[in-house]
Amino acid sequence: MKSEKWKPWALLAPSLSAVVLLLVIPVCFVIVYSFWLRAPSGADIPAFQLGNYAKFFEDFFYPGILIRTIRIAFETVILCVVMGYIPAYFFYRSESRYKQIFLLLIMLPFWVSFIIRTMSWINIMGDSGLINHVLIKIGLIETPFSMLYNEFTVLMGLLMYLLPFMVLNIYVSLEGIDKSLLEAARCMGCTEWQAFREVTLPLSLPGVSAGCLLVFVLTAGTYLPPMILGGPGNDMIANLIFKRVIGTLDWPFGSAISVILLSLLFVIVWTYNRYLGINQIFKSFQGN
Amino acid sequence: MVSGDRQPMVQFKGILKRFGKVTAVEKMDFDIEEGSLVTLLGPSGCGKTTLLRMVAGLEEPTEGDIFIKGKRVNDIPIHKRNLGMIFQNYALFPHKTIFDNVAFGLKYRNVSKAQIETKVTRALEMVRLPGVEKRMPSQLSGGQQQRIAMARAIVIEPDVLLMDEPLSALDENLREAMRREVDNLQQMLGVTTIFVTHDQREALSMSDKILVMKDGRKQQEGNPESVYNEPANHFVADFLGHSNFIAGEVVGVDDNHVNVRIETGDILLAENKGGFSRGDRVEMIVRAQRFDAFPKAEFQPTAGLNHFQGHIKDRSYMGGEVSYFIELGVDREIHIISMMRTRLYDIGEAVSIQVAPHHCHLIPLE
Repeated sequence: MKSEKWKPWALLAPSLSAVVLLLVIPVCFVIVYSFWLRAPSGADIPAFQLGNYAKFFEDFFYPGILIRTIRIAFETVILCVVMGYIPAYFFYRSESRYKQIFLLLIMLPFWVSFIIRTMSWINIMGDSGLINHVLIKIGLIETPFSMLYNEFTVLMGLLMYLLPFMVLNIYVSLEGIDKSLLEAARCMGCTEWQAFREVTLPLSLPGVSAGCLLVFVLTAGTYLPPMILGGPGNDMIANLIFKRVIGTLDWPFGSAISVILLSLLFVIVWTYNRYLGINQIFKSFQGN
Repeated sequence: MVSGDRQPMVQFKGILKRFGKVTAVEKMDFDIEEGSLVTLLGPSGCGKTTLLRMVAGLEEPTEGDIFIKGKRVNDIPIHKRNLGMIFQNYALFPHKTIFDNVAFGLKYRNVSKAQIETKVTRALEMVRLPGVEKRMPSQLSGGQQQRIAMARAIVIEPDVLLMDEPLSALDENLREAMRREVDNLQQMLGVTTIFVTHDQREALSMSDKILVMKDGRKQQEGNPESVYNEPANHFVADFLGHSNFIAGEVVGVDDNHVNVRIETGDILLAENKGGFSRGDRVEMIVRAQRFDAFPKAEFQPTAGLNHFQGHIKDRSYMGGEVSYFIELGVDREIHIISMMRTRLYDIGEAVSIQVAPHHCHLIPLE
């Protein structure tokens, strides 16, 4: 028996080394970097000091962006749930032959570059975009009215990016619901709406919950929608990191911001799992 | 208890169901008496479940009407029909406690909280699972879940209890016990029950009436004895029990017996139940258990019984009984199941077989 012990590790080795090489080591690098010192000359000096962290909390500027990021992430999650549940439910109930094609269409956006997809909003909502063009043509307005570069368009870009994740997550958990449960509820006196509330909704919550987590984390770490569709005041935390690391090549400070974001997300995800946890929800379904 | 002229509890009148081009249930009339347990029996795809689901309102009939307590229910929505349905996979709500599962139907029936509690407790006692209120369905075994499903269905005091192959997910031993339990419960409550199954033993042991179906058509309806002993056609005889089909021709009819010459040339007597005359091509149906086999040398025929010779071609020993395949002549073998009141016969041994005329049932050759 003892000689068998290495077997699971051998089988795990490829994926384990991928995780270590691609995730653990880079994150360690980032953590180490966050304590380094940046010389006025621009050189990074190995050190162990908390200056980068202190700088973040020096005034309200950086924490303000962090709070905005979290707020936008929450808003995106809520919008995604509301706007994602309806199509997911529609697919679930649909008996159309084209159901599979509809589902494929949901994934279609993933086949187009995220940047192109985001930029396309400029062609639709920009000053010389489609909407303004039409409005001027039919004479409703004379000069183009500005719709882009505010939080609304950032949210729109985020929704476009993340909605498919939510729809698919909810759809999968809806598909997993045994249809005879609904029939049982109906036979016992539920109207269709009551059966939805009693059976479908609670049983689809694991999917909603998983979707929320995914959307939240992805929103908190994204920088493209705010960069392309947001104005100067709509930066999110990832934009800040991007600007520090790529823009001013300030790796130590960029790393410190990353570590702060990582810790915050860790706390949020941990709390979420603890109280609304996916594990908790799944526990009650075991054996079914 | 059931008087002849009482209104049937459930009535199907010219019921027909199509799914697209496929006809699931062919025009059918069928009555179910109040308080009886009726089994819809047939192989899978025969339309029995569709028929049941139409009573529940889960399917709409394409044509025809369904009456419950004399009232046409075609247009009454599912949730207003007051029926208890038990599903093959139990369909307990996995996210609700046992209490909430059982109380579910009561919650939608304006029953007070205190009454709900009394009723749930009583229902759980009836299915012999008191005290599990706080558990989740996943914490119970399959048989226990089945009982909860039953408690949940009877607690609302339904007009009709509908069971869709409720025992087929249980293992063999448990199924036997649950079958008796369902039977007892049904008799205790006196609730009209429609039970769908493909298991002939379930059907025969529990039912007041059996409706045998095939390809959406009614094959026969009647009580278990008549369906088993007097099958209306080849399919029914074949589906229920182990039958021997012996083709032959009627060569004589008198008051008590029909004389049939079978393929081997032997002439066998069948009880005369009417309907056959000389020259008819018939099929004689004899249950494998109805034959008695004796060692040829010691055989002394009993007057009035059919007897003929053969030799053992194959046998399978099954403990309590032995299954013999006996060759009578060229290409003609019969299957008999013997309770081994004499001894185990060897392969190749010559035997004499005896069967009473009233165990020989005739149907026209199809």
